[in-house]
Amino acid sequence: MVSDLQKKKPAKTKVEIKNLYKIFGPNPKAQVEKVKGGVGKPELLAEHGHVLGLNNINIKMPERAVQVIMGLSGSGKSTLIRHINRLIEPTAGEVIIDGEDVLSMGPNELRDFRRKKASMVFQKFALLPHRLVKENAAYGLTIQGIAEKEAEERAQKWINRVGLAGFENHYPAQLSGGMQQRVGLARALATDAEILLMDEAFSALDPLIRTDMQNVMLDLQEELHKTIIFITHDLDEALRIGDNIAILRDGVMVQQGSPQEIVLKPADDYVSDFIKDINRGRVLMVGSVMDGEKKVPGPTVPSDMAIEDALQVMTSAQSQSAVVEKGGKPVGSITIEDMIAAIARTEGKTEGSSAYT
Amino acid sequence: MEQLLTEFPELSRGALRDLRRYIDGNFKDFTREYGELIETMFDPLKWFLLWVQSVLLATPWPIVIIVLCGLAWLASRNWKLVVGTAAAFLLIGWLGMWEDTMVTLAMVSVATLICIGLGIPFGILMARSDRLQAIITPILDVMQTIPSFVYLIPVVMLLGIGKAPALLAVCIYAIPPIVRLTNLGIRLVDREVLEAADSFGASYRQKLFNVQVPLALPNIFAGVNQTIMMALSMVVVAALIGGSGLGTPVLRAVNNQYLALGLFNGMAIVAIAIIFDRVSQAYGKRLQKHREGGHGV
Repeated sequence: MVSDLQKKKPAKTKVEIKNLYKIFGPNPKAQVEKVKGGVGKPELLAEHGHVLGLNNINIKMPERAVQVIMGLSGSGKSTLIRHINRLIEPTAGEVIIDGEDVLSMGPNELRDFRRKKASMVFQKFALLPHRLVKENAAYGLTIQGIAEKEAEERAQKWINRVGLAGFENHYPAQLSGGMQQRVGLARALATDAEILLMDEAFSALDPLIRTDMQNVMLDLQEELHKTIIFITHDLDEALRIGDNIAILRDGVMVQQGSPQEIVLKPADDYVSDFIKDINRGRVLMVGSVMDGEKKVPGPTVPSDMAIEDALQVMTSAQSQSAVVEKGGKPVGSITIEDMIAAIARTEGKTEGSSAYT
Repeated sequence: MEQLLTEFPELSRGALRDLRRYIDGNFKDFTREYGELIETMFDPLKWFLLWVQSVLLATPWPIVIIVLCGLAWLASRNWKLVVGTAAAFLLIGWLGMWEDTMVTLAMVSVATLICIGLGIPFGILMARSDRLQAIITPILDVMQTIPSFVYLIPVVMLLGIGKAPALLAVCIYAIPPIVRLTNLGIRLVDREVLEAADSFGASYRQKLFNVQVPLALPNIFAGVNQTIMMALSMVVVAALIGGSGLGTPVLRAVNNQYLALGLFNGMAIVAIAIIFDRVSQAYGKRLQKHREGGHGV
């Protein structure tokens, strides 16, 4: 079943972060060795007066996938994403994108990288209030030196694509929050950058609008296949949009994996706590909890169907078990008991789910 | 011991006199050495001022009023202000103060232009560097608080009596608000928006002209408004060293106790001040039209 957790074969790494440390304070370089030697966040603050922002982060982000970085406020997730386009300089470590070290770039190279390769969407939208929607959407292009008229024509496509047609000549302040963030998204997409950095992009929106924007993004991703790095503190959002999830706590990477892995095998109590309140029946897929060996009778369900839906299928077929299918071929089987055990909450879970791993 | 407590341990009269003589002597030497050079440096400004003044005086008065009303309309789009401007200038002319008013208008406009031209770049530099801010702030404090009569002395010693020293005195007094408010405005620009500009690879110039200055405009405009007001309030002092204009009759009125003359000219200054203030504020507000809509950005 491990093969099913990683739905696709390992994709090419787009962004790789190696041994990254970020320490805030008057003399951060001097503190790196101490942190490497095992000094933790509280001691570093109490004894050395420095704040440990990120502690030995290692992560490979695959190409054309949505990588979610999750954590509570203060966990360092916004700091981490800003290292990718070097809005924040690391204290130590490497950031490698397409085999190129971002940290070794000179000012001009870096500017070019930011203009062409990675664009960013911000939590509080960060639009230019004195410019019209069309001018904001074209901002990244005008920065590149493209003439205003051409830039606006090119941006128009993205304004339409995010559903803002007809609002080109409004000022941001005349739009609702959700619409402002659509402008932010259009602005980021207009530069055709391969990497999209989204810093809590939907966190400031109310729940309905947030779901709406997630759909907009997923629809776009279906067609564009960008490498999206998405920061959030909302697990539901992470599970919904993430191909991979990395969980940060106090600047330390606690766990990395697919949504299914995170839910089925939380690395520690912190992660367990995180996933405590989610609707497991809706998140977990049949393929993640099936038995690859046993042959049983029953209706057929696709491996990426949510348990909740599979239960529905089996109940209406009045069957205790079902055949799991992937790409038209049977790959395993599942019983009602398997599903109920998987849905059971974290507390009783460790033992129950171990049977399926 | 007792004497030390009851009498301040001051310099002896002789030493004090020597100190003053030393300073005066050095400055006089400096004046003799460089006075002419500095005066020629100020010549272009003086010519410009005289040119503006002669244009205003040579233009038939109805045209001047129409142009002023037109400017008020362009800036404020407010009929009441335009009517008020016309009425004020007609009254000023009718009460025999037209020429003095034009002279004052020229002085204030040129001084404001100089202050904007120097003040905004200085404010931008100041916003870039905390150290520069630490150096310039006390200088601005001195410029604003030192009694103007004190710096009139060296100014007159260097440049004599006339238009140039008057202009310099007005500028020294009027420039601090524009520098301060430009600096403040740029420092107050939303950090997120700046970060966004950075994330799209904006260069320093692109950030300055597309983000920082436009977003600082409300504050910069408040600075321009303050600068105009302060320049107007210096008109009488400037008249003292040859600035002429509406300040001269006021000085004459003070010396001779001509109540009505002082009042008329004083009210003319007030009228110009109110018109300039309202028009520039209305313009500043119109620049901020994009903030309307209720959803803060």
